Amino acid sequence: MARIAILSYIKRESFVHELTGRAKLVFFLAWSVASMVTYDTRVLVCMLLFSFVIFKVSRIRVKDISFVLGLAAVFLLMNNLFVYLFSPEYGVGLYQSRTVLFTIAGPYTVTLQQLFYHLNMTMKVVCVVPVALLFIACTDPSEFASSLASIGVSYRIGYSVSLALRYIPDIQREYHNISQAQQARGIDLSGKDKLFTRMKNSVAILLPLVLSSLNRIETVSNAMELRGFGRNRKRTWYNLRKMQKNDWIVTALAIAILAVDLIVTFWDGSRYYNPFLSGPF
Amino acid sequence: MATPIISFQDYGFQYMAQAKPTLYNINLDIYPGEKVLIAGTSGSGKSTIGNCINGLIPFAYPGQKTGKLLVGGREPDKSSIFEMSHTVGTVLQDTDGQFIGLTVGEDIAFALENNCVPQDEMKEIVDRVAKLVDIDHHLQYAPHELSGGQKQRVSLAGVMVEDVKALLFDEPLANLDPAAGRTTIELIDTVHEQTGAAVIIIEHRLEDVLWRRMDRIVLMDEGRIIADVPVAKLLTGGELPAHGIREPLYLTALRYAGVEIDEQMHPEHVEKLLLTEEQKEKVRGWYRARETDRAREDRGQELLRVEHLDFGYSPETLTLQDVNFTVHRGEMVSIVGRNGAGKSTLAKLICGFERPLSGGIYMEGRNLSGDTIKERAAFIGYVMQNPNQMISKPMIWDEVELALVQSGMPKEERKARVEETLRICGLYPFRNWPVSALSFGQKKRVTIASILVQRPQIIILDEPTAGQDYRHYTEIMDFLKELNGQGYTILMITHDMHLMLEYTPRAIVFSEGRMLADTTAAKVLNDPELVRAANLKETSLYTLSLACGIDEPQKFTERFIAYEKEEGR
Amino acid sequence: MKKLSVKTVVAIGIGAALFFVLGKISIPTPVPNTYISLQYAIEAVFATLFGPIAGLLIGFIGHTLVDATSYGPWWSWIIASACVGLIIGLITMKLDLSEGIDTKKIVTFNVAQIVAHLLAWGLIAPVLDILIYSEPIEKLFAQGLMAGVANIITTGVVGTLLLIAYAETVVKRGSLKKEED
Repeated sequence: MARIAILSYIKRESFVHELTGRAKLVFFLAWSVASMVTYDTRVLVCMLLFSFVIFKVSRIRVKDISFVLGLAAVFLLMNNLFVYLFSPEYGVGLYQSRTVLFTIAGPYTVTLQQLFYHLNMTMKVVCVVPVALLFIACTDPSEFASSLASIGVSYRIGYSVSLALRYIPDIQREYHNISQAQQARGIDLSGKDKLFTRMKNSVAILLPLVLSSLNRIETVSNAMELRGFGRNRKRTWYNLRKMQKNDWIVTALAIAILAVDLIVTFWDGSRYYNPFLSGPF
Repeated sequence: MATPIISFQDYGFQYMAQAKPTLYNINLDIYPGEKVLIAGTSGSGKSTIGNCINGLIPFAYPGQKTGKLLVGGREPDKSSIFEMSHTVGTVLQDTDGQFIGLTVGEDIAFALENNCVPQDEMKEIVDRVAKLVDIDHHLQYAPHELSGGQKQRVSLAGVMVEDVKALLFDEPLANLDPAAGRTTIELIDTVHEQTGAAVIIIEHRLEDVLWRRMDRIVLMDEGRIIADVPVAKLLTGGELPAHGIREPLYLTALRYAGVEIDEQMHPEHVEKLLLTEEQKEKVRGWYRARETDRAREDRGQELLRVEHLDFGYSPETLTLQDVNFTVHRGEMVSIVGRNGAGKSTLAKLICGFERPLSGGIYMEGRNLSGDTIKERAAFIGYVMQNPNQMISKPMIWDEVELALVQSGMPKEERKARVEETLRICGLYPFRNWPVSALSFGQKKRVTIASILVQRPQIIILDEPTAGQDYRHYTEIMDFLKELNGQGYTILMITHDMHLMLEYTPRAIVFSEGRMLADTTAAKVLNDPELVRAANLKETSLYTLSLACGIDEPQKFTERFIAYEKEEGR
Repeated sequence: MKKLSVKTVVAIGIGAALFFVLGKISIPTPVPNTYISLQYAIEAVFATLFGPIAGLLIGFIGHTLVDATSYGPWWSWIIASACVGLIIGLITMKLDLSEGIDTKKIVTFNVAQIVAHLLAWGLIAPVLDILIYSEPIEKLFAQGLMAGVANIITTGVVGTLLLIAYAETVVKRGSLKKEED
C-alpha cells in the first residue's frame, strides 16, 4: 500500500527525546502562544534563532522532514503572495511611514514597510514550524494522552486523541482498499469528471467507510466498557514518565519565554516594533 | 456441589429493536473452573448469551428480560458492566476493535489504568501476564506490526490482568489461519490450567475448538438450548448438522463407513480416537468400495497467466517473489497460505490496484501492463472479503447497477443486464430491498452480483466464507460452484482447508511471498512438509485414514468428498 | 460539564481519525489550487449523530493533527474547524435519524451546516487571523469566503447524501416483501 507521506514519531536518542511528553507539550503550547502574540521583530529574531538551536539538539535531520518543510515553504509563499495582491500598502498603514523602493505596475508599489511587514509575518510562522515538527517527531504518541491529562485536560478527551492516533493507520488502509475496489467499478476521484459527479462518486467510497466506522465505534466502546473505562474520576497511565530535573527546567524555560515575550512586546504599548519612527529611515 | 459462577434460570431476553425474543427459557449453570463450548449458527442466540454474561446486556444493548441470571452471585442488570468485568473477562471476536492501546504494553495495562493501579504495580502485572501468554518480547509493538494470533494473545492478556473468575471468548477463531487457530486453542488451555478460571468459548468451528479438551458443549438453535451434555455424548448423536453446525469430518467419514460412534471411543478428537480392528476394517472396506476416482477434468484454454511476478513496496523487501502460474477457462482454483503470505497482494496485482516491480500478467495471451484498473475490471472481477466495505448504495438495485451507470451504458440495456444478473444470483425477489435488510450471506451475493454485472471472465474472491457458520458457508460456496458451472472462472483466496478440498480441484500454495506448490487440493494437505511451511493444517480425514492403515490418505479424502457430493449431504 | 459517555469518547477518536485521513487526501477540483475538503462532510455527519461536543473535538483534534503533521498548526483555522462541528451539533441536536429521514430534516441539516461554515470561515477564522497574524482584512475575508463557500457546497452535497444513505440503511425490516416477478 502506498502510504501517504506524513510526519510521524522518529525514534532517536537526544535531549529533546528524553524529555517527558508533558514538558514538551507545555513548551510547545507556550511557544505557540508566544509566537502568536508577538509582532516584535526583536523577539521574533530571538525565537527564530532559538528554534534552530533546539532543532540541532534534537538530532532530527533536515532530510527526515524535508517534505514537510517543502509544504511549509509553499504555504508561506502563497500566503505572502495573496497578502501582497490584496493589500500592497498594508505595511505602510501599520508602520505609519512610506519608503518607496520601486513600482511594479499600477497600485503595486514595493515599499520598505511592506517588505518589513512580510518579514515579520513570515518569521512569526517560521519560528513555530521547527518546534511543532519536533514536538511531533520527538514525542512518543503513547505519551500524548497522559501528557494532556497531566496538564489538566480531561482524561476522556486525552484518550480520544490516543484513539485517533491508534485508528488512523487502520482507517487509512480501509480507505485505500475501498477506493481500489470502487475504482474497479469505474469510480475514480482523480479523474476528469465534473465537480458534482466527483462529489457524488466520493460518497460511494465514504458511505462504506462511515458505516464501518460506526460499527467500529460500537465495538471499541464495548471493548472499553468491558475493561472499565470511564468509571473512575481519574485513571493512572502505563506510559506516563516522571518529571525529571530537565523537564522542570524546560517547563520553567517555557514559562519564562512566554513572560519575556509578553513584557517585551507590550512594554511600549504596541505589539509592533517600529524601526521607521525613530530609526535611520 | 459448588455454587455455579454463572447461572441462567428460566432466562429469556428480547432486544429492544427486535420483534421476537432472542433467547427463550435458558437454564444453564457454569461452575468454577469448567470449560464450556457454546455452539450454534449465527442468529442462534449464542452471542447473546455471551453479552448477558459480561453485562453488555442490558447496558450497551437494552431490552426486556424474563427469569433470572446470576454471575458471580450478582444480577448483571442490577450491577454495571464495570462490576461485571471484575468477574468475567471478555475477548471479543474483532481483535482490532479490542486492541485499544497504541502499543501492546499499554493495551494489556488498559484495565489496570482504569482501576487507578499505581504504575509500578501495573508494570509488574503486565510483565507477568505478558509472559504467560508469550507476548512479553513485543511490549513496544504497535497493533499493525502484529499477526492476528499475536493480537489475540494481547486481548487475552488484557482481560487476564483482572484476575477474573471466568474467561469468555466470542468466536476466537474467526479471523485466524488454521495453524494460528490451533495455537490459540492451546493457549486458552494453558491459561485455563494456570489460572483455574472457568472458560466459555462461543464458536461454530467445532472441530478446531475440540483440539483441546472441553468439559461440556451447549448447542443452541433459534434461541433455545438444544443440548447441554459432555462433548462425547453430543458427538455420538449426529444431530449437529440439523442445527447448522458441521460435525467433525472424521466422524462423518466414520458414519459413511457404517461405524457406530459411541462415547467409549473418544470421539472428541481424532488423535485420541480409539477404533477397534473391526471398525478400521469397515473404514478400509468403504474406501475400497468407493474406487471410482473421478476422471481428471480437461483443462480449458489458457485464460490468465502470471509470469515471474515480483512485487514489493521497496525493492529490498519483496512481498511477492517469482510467481508463476496459469489459470484455464472454467477452472476453480484456491490460493492458500497463512495470513500475510502475499495472497491478497497477488489479487491486487492481477486487478491492477498495485503495479509489479517486474514480470507480467497475461489475459488470453495479452500483456495487461498497459491496462488501467477500470479496463481490467471488464474481464477480472474482484470481491472483497467484507461486503460492508464494498456496498456503497443503500438499495440493492442501485448497488448492482453502479458499475454500469459509471460506464455510461444506456438505461434500457442496464435494466436488462441488472435483471439478468439478479436472477443468476437469486436476488431478483429482493431487487427493491435496502441492502441493510439482508443477511451477511445475501450481502455477499449482492457484492458478487455487482461484480458479475460487468460480465468478467474471471472472478477473484478474498476469503469468501471467513467468519461464516456452516449454513452460510454452504450457501455461499454452492452459489459459487453454480457460477463456476455456468462457465465463470473462479479464483479464491482462503485459509479454510476443507473449503479448498471440497470445492476447488486445484490449489496454489503461498508462504512468505513465494509460491510453494501448484497442485491438486488433496495433495497439498497430504504433504506434511508443505502443510507446515504454509502454516496450514492437515484435515482430520488425513489423520483418520492413516490410523485405519490406508496408505493413500489423499485418495481417501477425495473419495470422501465425492461421496458427500453424491449424497447431496 | 457533563461527563462524556464512552461512546462519545470513541466517536471523537474515530471521527478525528477520519477527519485526518480525508484531510490528507486532496481531491482536485477544476479550480486550480482548490480541493474538495471531504473531512467537513464527515465532521458534519458525526456532529449530527453524536452531538456538539463530539463535533467540536473532532474538528479540533482532527485539524490539529492534519496541520501538525504538515506545516505546523494554524490555530485560527483549527478553531474555526472546531466551531463548524460545534455549531452543526448544536443546531441538529433535536434531529433523530433513527426513524428515517425527510425533507424537513435535510433542510435542518443544511441550514445548520451553512450557518456553521459562514460563521466559521466568514467570521471566526478571519477575526482570529487579524488578531493573531494581523493580516489585511480584505485578503482574509476573501480567503474565508472562498473556503466557506467551497465547504458549504461539499458538505451540502456529500454530507447530505451520506446522511440520507445512513438513514436508509438503518431502516427496519418490517415492511419488506419479496417480489417474485
